[in-house]
Amino acid sequence: MSSLIVDARGVGKIFGSGEARVEALKGIDLSVDSGEFISLIGPSGCGKSTLLRLIADLATPTSGSLSVNAKTPHEARVDQDYGIVFQKATLLDWRTVTKNVELPLEIMDLDDTSTAGEMLDLVQLGEFADHYPWQLSGGMQQRVAIARALVFKPSLLLMDEPFGALDEMTRELMQQEVLRIWRETGTTIIFVTHSIPEAVFLSSRVVVMSRRPGRIAGVIETDLSYPRDEDTRESPAYYTKVTEVREALRRLEH
Amino acid sequence: MTFDPSERDAEILETKDTDFVTAFEGDTPAGTRTPSALRHRVKNLIPAGISFLVVMALWEGAIRVFDVEAFILPAPSLIIERFIATSDVVWGAGWNTFLEAAGGLIGGTMLGVGVAFATIRWAPVREGLMPVAVAANSVPIIALAPIANGMFSITSPVPKMAVVGVVVFFPVMINTTRGLLEVDADELELMRSYAATPREVMRRVRVPHALPYFFSAMKVVAVLSIVFAIVAEYFGGSQDVLGQYILNKASLFVFPDAWAGILVASILGVVLYAAVLLAERLVMPWHVSFRAVDAS
Repeated sequence: MSSLIVDARGVGKIFGSGEARVEALKGIDLSVDSGEFISLIGPSGCGKSTLLRLIADLATPTSGSLSVNAKTPHEARVDQDYGIVFQKATLLDWRTVTKNVELPLEIMDLDDTSTAGEMLDLVQLGEFADHYPWQLSGGMQQRVAIARALVFKPSLLLMDEPFGALDEMTRELMQQEVLRIWRETGTTIIFVTHSIPEAVFLSSRVVVMSRRPGRIAGVIETDLSYPRDEDTRESPAYYTKVTEVREALRRLEH
Repeated sequence: MTFDPSERDAEILETKDTDFVTAFEGDTPAGTRTPSALRHRVKNLIPAGISFLVVMALWEGAIRVFDVEAFILPAPSLIIERFIATSDVVWGAGWNTFLEAAGGLIGGTMLGVGVAFATIRWAPVREGLMPVAVAANSVPIIALAPIANGMFSITSPVPKMAVVGVVVFFPVMINTTRGLLEVDADELELMRSYAATPREVMRRVRVPHALPYFFSAMKVVAVLSIVFAIVAEYFGGSQDVLGQYILNKASLFVFPDAWAGILVASILGVVLYAAVLLAERLVMPWHVSFRAVDAS
């Protein structure tokens, strides 16, 4: 059964007014089905992060209608329908890895500490449960952030350039991890990135966005079968899709 | 005078090598606090201990060689001698001064922290109070001591506590407020994504974040509390306190005894400072300053 997790109709976002008025998003129509892996890609300043933040109710649209899990974004946030991962891991320094993962459970009063351990196993950090964030590498910290975002079993995972600060090798490793987690949990993922190979490798659909005002310029189905692995990265079909996305992005510049 | 700087450098490099570098290197288990951490700490104290002894030896030697009169500068041995001989009196005075300093320290800290929370909770309080507080902080508070003395009975310790409390209040209030306010925007967004209440944000993010700010203020004011208690005592009041003891001995030209009083004051200052360090370590063992090389 597939149901709409995100439904955006003519969504626009304007920051400021008068001289300082910036139209960040205009006429966004997007629907995301349950279980999908969607990437938002575009040049910096195209509003892809803004769109993610609207879905997360960290900002409010100025026009159009937006629903998350058939609710307003505000209701969805209050109901904890989504988990979010930022570019920075944003772990709390004074908490151990386990305590960081348990943070949302504590706030939501879900007395379910067994799941923190499960989540750490899911991101393969079980043995680092009692470490502090500063004792972990950047990739490991981001895994803790993913575990924390999933610990309360949200139906939607929002990821805002989560691997932007990682080196290329760690990045590819983390992409594999995210695909595995996606398969194991069935969580719908919306993933913001500015890396074309990353978008193609991960997602079932790549949403290409244009700049000023941010608009959806095209949606590309990747048509690559899951599970994907290192061989996928070397397949001709993958190259074709990477080229397709690249050309779609290049067309925006003219 | 046999302090070899290269030895210390080697030690710093070595600590970095074991604790710091591995902590950020790849997907490998990072260095946790090593069992030798305590030994490291003791080792770090050795240079300080040596330089203290060297200074004392130079002082003692200079007094003897140049035959300096005790009323100009007594030898450390003489100060220690008088310190032991008068220990009942000087520690009695020291205890009273300590109570004034500690009373003011605790009162000023509680008030400072309380006001800091209020400024976070109610923005108008912050906007109205912070500029005034920063301005008031530049008032030479010790000038208030004679006036504070006049407000209470002549032997009361309260005016001294009040002076210390005012001195302590401002840095604690300003630093704590800053720590509570200057929280990473991402952390606040994360809390917002969990639909956390302001109370939860305060408890889980702002307060832990403010602790290092709070403790850095406490380290300063712990030492200041003894200083200001003694200076406030110079303006009169009970005689059985360090300020009056030092003043009386100095006016009678019994300088070694006055120095014994100064020694007690120094010990009290170190004790209060060490208490703050200990509390800091207990309250936030996670903090960056306790990781590899001890910063303090």
